[in-house]
Amino acid sequence: MIRSEILREIAPILRDKLVVCNIGLPSQELHMIDDNEKNFYMLGTMGLSSSIGFGLALAQDKTVISIDGDGSVLTNLGTLPTIANNAVDNFVLMIIDNGSYGSTGDQPTYAGKKTKLEEVAKACGCENVVVCQDIDTGKCLKAAIDSKKMTILVVKCDSGNIKLPVITMDPVVIKDRFMKAIAS
Amino acid sequence: MDVNDKIVADLVKNNVEFITTVPCKQLAGVIDAVEASPDIFHIPSNKEDEGMGLCAGAYMGGKRPAIIMQNTAIGVTINTLATLIQYYRMPLPMLISYRGELREPVACQVEMALHTKALLNQMNIPTYHFHKESDVDEFDEILKYTFMCNKPVAILTDASFWGGYGDQ
Repeated sequence: MIRSEILREIAPILRDKLVVCNIGLPSQELHMIDDNEKNFYMLGTMGLSSSIGFGLALAQDKTVISIDGDGSVLTNLGTLPTIANNAVDNFVLMIIDNGSYGSTGDQPTYAGKKTKLEEVAKACGCENVVVCQDIDTGKCLKAAIDSKKMTILVVKCDSGNIKLPVITMDPVVIKDRFMKAIAS
Repeated sequence: MDVNDKIVADLVKNNVEFITTVPCKQLAGVIDAVEASPDIFHIPSNKEDEGMGLCAGAYMGGKRPAIIMQNTAIGVTINTLATLIQYYRMPLPMLISYRGELREPVACQVEMALHTKALLNQMNIPTYHFHKESDVDEFDEILKYTFMCNKPVAILTDASFWGGYGDQ
């Protein structure tokens, strides 16, 4: 499966959760599949999905899922020690690990070569690191949420993209409706 | 009141309760005071752009954030300031040690000092410069201003403000 197929499959699980979605195609795909006020789309700032989601999880009690990518986590590897050492149980970091920089033309990442992000996460001190195959994503994500333990979910899948338009929604509108959904 | 305690008291008074820090020798005292405050959640970051991501999330979750960092971090965070903090219009007080100014012992620090105000100006970031200890009297109003206008705001604090840089 490719990322867009996974997102389509897990959309019903994400529906009532706060979701911080990675820049580029992941946000565009989620926006197309199930746009709603509980989604925060990153329009820029590669690498910070985990940090934004984690800051949000620390600040309030609702479950937060950060959808990240292997390339983006590599951009901001310092995030993993921060998350590990300040763990909160309403946070799930889901890394879609397709071994490529999807939004920029599927250039290979080091995570698709020798580097294993699940081992990096463990070495950084993350206690619940789950590796799952694309087809099991829904089951693993649900288990992670239900466990009420902070979980790093590394989803192994194929690289590949679908054609879809950019998000034209104003960033302040994205933020405003997201904040209202959080506060409601 | 000790300047570090004054800064923390103003942060608390303005309901800033989520603070991330990346250390600088000049900031050691204020970071200790932040860590010691029962009214502030202190989360050290590994890099300043990561810290701004944490602050953005905390802000959307209903907590007023702040970041404490060195001016060299302006070089690290330009993209995050433009595409996250400014683009989504979020408030972010940035208490910044202004290294490379008078009384600086490390020559390399001067190199980023030369660019600091120019970069902040280019980014249209409101910038205040604390040079004398009494300048801290404006900190309370600067915090109010930041959360009024929903912008990142820089407070540059140089070695003279902190009473010198370490042992010289």
